[in-house]
Amino acid sequence: MLLRIREPAEMVTFSFDGRHVTAARGDTLAAALLAAGVDTFRESVVGGEPRAPYCLMGVCFECLVTIDGIQNRQSCLIEVREGMVVNSQLGARLVTGCADR
Amino acid sequence: MSMRRITDAGTLAPHYDLVVVGAGPAGLSAATEAAAAGACVLVADENLEPGGQIYRAVTRNTQGRQDFLGKDYWKGRIITEAFCASSLDYAAAATVWSLDAAAAGEDHATLGLTLGGAARMISARAVILATGAMERPMPAIGWTLPGVMSAGAAQIALKSASGIPGGRIVLAGCGPLLYLLADQLLRAGANISALLDTADKNQRMAALRHLPNFLLSPYVAKGLSLLFSVRRQVRVIPGVTELAITGARRAEGVRFRSGKRQETIAADCVLLHQGIIPGINLASASGCIIEWNDTQRAFQPYTDSHGRTSLAGILSAGDGADIGGAEHAAVSGRIAALAALADIGLLPPSQIATRLEELEKQRQLYRRGRAFLDTLYRPARQFLAPPEPDTMVCRCEEVSAGTLRQVIALGVPGPNQLKTFLRCGMGPCQGRMCASTITEIMANERGVSPAEIGTYRLRAPVKPLRLAELGALPQTPAAVVAVTGRPPEHRSIEEEGKKQ
Ligand code: FES
Repeated sequence: MLLRIREPAEMVTFSFDGRHVTAARGDTLAAALLAAGVDTFRESVVGGEPRAPYCLMGVCFECLVTIDGIQNRQSCLIEVREGMVVNSQLGARLVTGCADR
Repeated sequence: MSMRRITDAGTLAPHYDLVVVGAGPAGLSAATEAAAAGACVLVADENLEPGGQIYRAVTRNTQGRQDFLGKDYWKGRIITEAFCASSLDYAAAATVWSLDAAAAGEDHATLGLTLGGAARMISARAVILATGAMERPMPAIGWTLPGVMSAGAAQIALKSASGIPGGRIVLAGCGPLLYLLADQLLRAGANISALLDTADKNQRMAALRHLPNFLLSPYVAKGLSLLFSVRRQVRVIPGVTELAITGARRAEGVRFRSGKRQETIAADCVLLHQGIIPGINLASASGCIIEWNDTQRAFQPYTDSHGRTSLAGILSAGDGADIGGAEHAAVSGRIAALAALADIGLLPPSQIATRLEELEKQRQLYRRGRAFLDTLYRPARQFLAPPEPDTMVCRCEEVSAGTLRQVIALGVPGPNQLKTFLRCGMGPCQGRMCASTITEIMANERGVSPAEIGTYRLRAPVKPLRLAELGALPQTPAAVVAVTGRPPEHRSIEEEGKKQ
């Protein structure tokens, strides 16, 4: 959970697991989700344990989410954009039955 | 002329004199230096803006609004402004996933890069790896719970989103950056319940012989004032051992021992840190010789005094080569750029001799005192090789310290074989979060130096790559023939069908 101590200059909105989220333009998606109070991003692949960003700098891969149908995206390296459709990932990446290529 | 921002792979030139990977102080300084000398330069960086982690978002923040960031942060402005005024190509949000040194008889290295959802292969006469550092993983019971982050992550949130962790914060670990973060968080109004210092008291004696040199370093005054300022405002508990984060679905507290006493403190957010180590994945996958630095207790690419790795045409600068801090990184970037341009014949060696000498002197100044800090803050053994069997070491494949020790006892020769047995290091992070711990545990079990154990051998792609991105690579007619058996103009019936 992140508290913003400065008012963002410009806002964007996107969705996470179907709910509307407001973020600051220029945020990474991971920061935007944390600031929106999302504390679990996904469930781990082997044990199904809750996980959330650990490093925020592209190293740990704990921040993986599905963005616009594409799985396993590092949300800490991707800029949040208006209208993004973001979903948490439960367990392993699906190989079939998804829009991902 | 000024910097050209490239956002799609199609705009990249197929060939550059110099490709710099990373846009922190080392990469930005290297690129600025090379562009000033007239080289055709590309900077490829994973982040959205120039500055690296240390100067993260410095081009977007202002001293008036982000007044909680100390004055050293704003030095990044000078570096990023010079970079933005340079004539070069800059690809932000780019992933470099492979690097091959020049093949025999060729004079260029080849990089695989993804930008805007498409991959490209690019050639460069010289490559400078300025991939920076990562935090040394600090495995402890419960460190995979949501609410636990690295201290660096909190600093990134502060710089890039003006965000502080909500609720009660506990910092745990050791090293100057932990105190720096504590100070920044306090200025930003965060609620820090305690700082649990895990520094190993036994290191004090060992560090003593480096003290005189440290006292002459530029860091002394700043370091001391930080220490005092944090101690005045926060409960600092020294000599912490047996650290565990408690909570079912998220962090709820921290349990630890200090001397004879065991204690649990409630926490909503736990920030861990025990120093930084070079990020070596790309250097290692390209085949650069990786060596053990015992003072810094980490693996790093071998480099000569000008940053040349063991592979011709590939140099390494900044914290990715050797931990030395931001100012040291910037100077080492400049040195590497001059060396690279001299090597490819763009600058006559005679012309750069004086400049190199002057830069070398600056570098020595910034190196001063490092050995003291490295020795004093070498993490205690129990935080390098966690003794608790349940501590998760490989977070991706969920392999615990206990399981690792059992398999090591079977006589597994090294980290690469452990991978085959247990899949540790084979998840999406590709061993970044477990490599150092695996080596430490193995060294500890065998009673040898980590240098003897070695670390994972890495292969490209060093970052996961989607098939669609790879599919967007331009294909040569020869490659199409090789795969499909017919020239590109002769499509198969299926391909024609798909087209419609
Ligand atoms: S939070 Fe670590 S890779 Fe994104």
